[in-house]
Amino acid sequence: MIETHGLSKRYRGGQLAVDGLDLTVPSGSIFGFLGPNGSGKTTTIRMLMGLIEPTSGTARVLGSPMPRAGRTVLPQVGALIEGPALYGFLSGRDNLVRYDSADPTADPRTRASRVAHALDRVGLAAASGKKARAYSLGMKQRLGLAAALLQPRKLLVLDEPTNGLDPQGMREIRALVRELAADGTTVFLSSHLLDEIEQVCTHAAVMTRGRLVVQGEVAELSAGNRGRLAVTTPDPADAARLLKERGIADVTVDGDRVTGEVPPDAVELAELNAALVHGGVRVRAFGVERASLEDAFVALTGEGFDVAG
Amino acid sequence: MSRAEVNATEDVSTDVSTSAAPPGPGAARATEAHVPDGPSVESRRPSPLWALGLFRSELVTVVRRWRTLALLGVLAAVPILIGIAVKIETRGGGTAGPSGGDGPAFISQVTNNGLFLVFAGLAATLPVFLPMAIGVVAGDSIAGEANSGTLRYLLVAPAGRTRLLLAKYASVLAFCLLATLVVAASALAVGALLFPLGEVTTISGTQISFADGLVRALAIAGLVALSLTGMAALGLFISTLTGSGVAAMAATVGLLITVQILDQIPQLHAIQPYLFPHYWLSFADLLRVPVYWDQLVKNLELQALYVAVFGSAAWARFTAKDITA
Repeated sequence: MIETHGLSKRYRGGQLAVDGLDLTVPSGSIFGFLGPNGSGKTTTIRMLMGLIEPTSGTARVLGSPMPRAGRTVLPQVGALIEGPALYGFLSGRDNLVRYDSADPTADPRTRASRVAHALDRVGLAAASGKKARAYSLGMKQRLGLAAALLQPRKLLVLDEPTNGLDPQGMREIRALVRELAADGTTVFLSSHLLDEIEQVCTHAAVMTRGRLVVQGEVAELSAGNRGRLAVTTPDPADAARLLKERGIADVTVDGDRVTGEVPPDAVELAELNAALVHGGVRVRAFGVERASLEDAFVALTGEGFDVAG
Repeated sequence: MSRAEVNATEDVSTDVSTSAAPPGPGAARATEAHVPDGPSVESRRPSPLWALGLFRSELVTVVRRWRTLALLGVLAAVPILIGIAVKIETRGGGTAGPSGGDGPAFISQVTNNGLFLVFAGLAATLPVFLPMAIGVVAGDSIAGEANSGTLRYLLVAPAGRTRLLLAKYASVLAFCLLATLVVAASALAVGALLFPLGEVTTISGTQISFADGLVRALAIAGLVALSLTGMAALGLFISTLTGSGVAAMAATVGLLITVQILDQIPQLHAIQPYLFPHYWLSFADLLRVPVYWDQLVKNLELQALYVAVFGSAAWARFTAKDITA
């Protein structure tokens, strides 16, 4: 669906925003594109959409080179780039009509019904006659999504689609993304919300400072990190001693929480718990905390989720 | 829109639309069942008339802004003010000002014939008000869209950069014509209301019929609109240089004022024939019998030169620009 080779962009100031990106987005996937603010995600998306010219390298979208084949590729792509942009003096419906008339493949005869359907899909049907200027951030976001859904698309590129939405709205958008993917649309989703990517995406890639750190299936990415054994107890010192005696590595105490590396599969966790209780430790909670994508992210990049300088 | 553009669009359609299914989402969904790979998007064919649709969308978007309506309102008000002023001035029964005075062109004849208010109105608005309105609309055309971020969505729709630029320029030209006609129509209405109408005395001193005068008024309105095409191309070019609509409007209008001042300095007579407003007021030559074509043709040649130079500059700039807004 999307394939880039050595894609780079150096802005006129000399700053290298994207550095030798080799990205592969498989067909039919929900692809999460992760990275701190300023890591080059949006520059990459703009190059894929033909808005800016790469300094070097190639990008292919739907099998055709971009930006050269934009005229044939882009009608099959719905995009939400860096938030919605609307004509404040036009109503929500007229905004969609305006964007639809810019698409050479859009049929004017079906325009009204397609616009109504797109508005309905993002839950804006009731507010479609209001001026876009009066919309809340969440409503603008929904209208931006509606613009991406004016036609059946092969690829959806969504840059931070849940930005500004309330929790209920986020769930609706996630459900919508899943629904679209089930129809066979490939979704390329950029986000800084790790748990969002984890909940929705099948594949993910992580960028920092213009470089691709890792890409692959979400399950594989988080599997690389095995998680932690965690015990909550009012007797942390005793618990730590007992765990070390049982061969648990990297035991650390933090208040009433004792954590350590997950033992090899041969060790039965129930016996470990029994041993703690037997040793007089009052156990409040015991279990393995599953590795999250966030742990994987920190392990991969060796840094927190800060803005790259 | 050029013929080549439309043909190219159709070429693209022939290799993607092999199925005979009619376009539209309903048709697309019907074929979806047979194609497990995803929503069928190939069956949509670009309409040959779509360029017209984009132009119409542009024009509607321009006209629906309050700012545009306010500009047109100001333009319509100028002939009304002139008409009322002349009426008050001549209430005593005398003629307006000393005969053959140096006031704005045609004013002295308005009392005899309301049709002259059309010429007076156009002569009064052409140096400043009309080009200022064009400067605002042309300067905002690309930069305003970049400013609000809507430009990126138009381009990924995909409008196509050349076609979007052509649609923008066409809508600015349509606005030139609309603005000129608003002045002319307002002047004609006020003139007919406040003053007698009748045979027209041309600048050469001969009489022509009122109908002939009306035709010439219409021709002059068209000529005034054509006089603004160079200015429109200049504004469009400036608009591609910046991402701020206000900056582009201010620069365009500022440039207009500068050029108007340069055109008044006698020492600069060597460059004045190349300044776009230099022959603007030559439209009066249409009121001579026979018509003096010399200056009129020079004006049109100069406008064509400006359109060619700044039109291609705008195209070169816009098609190579990184859209980061």
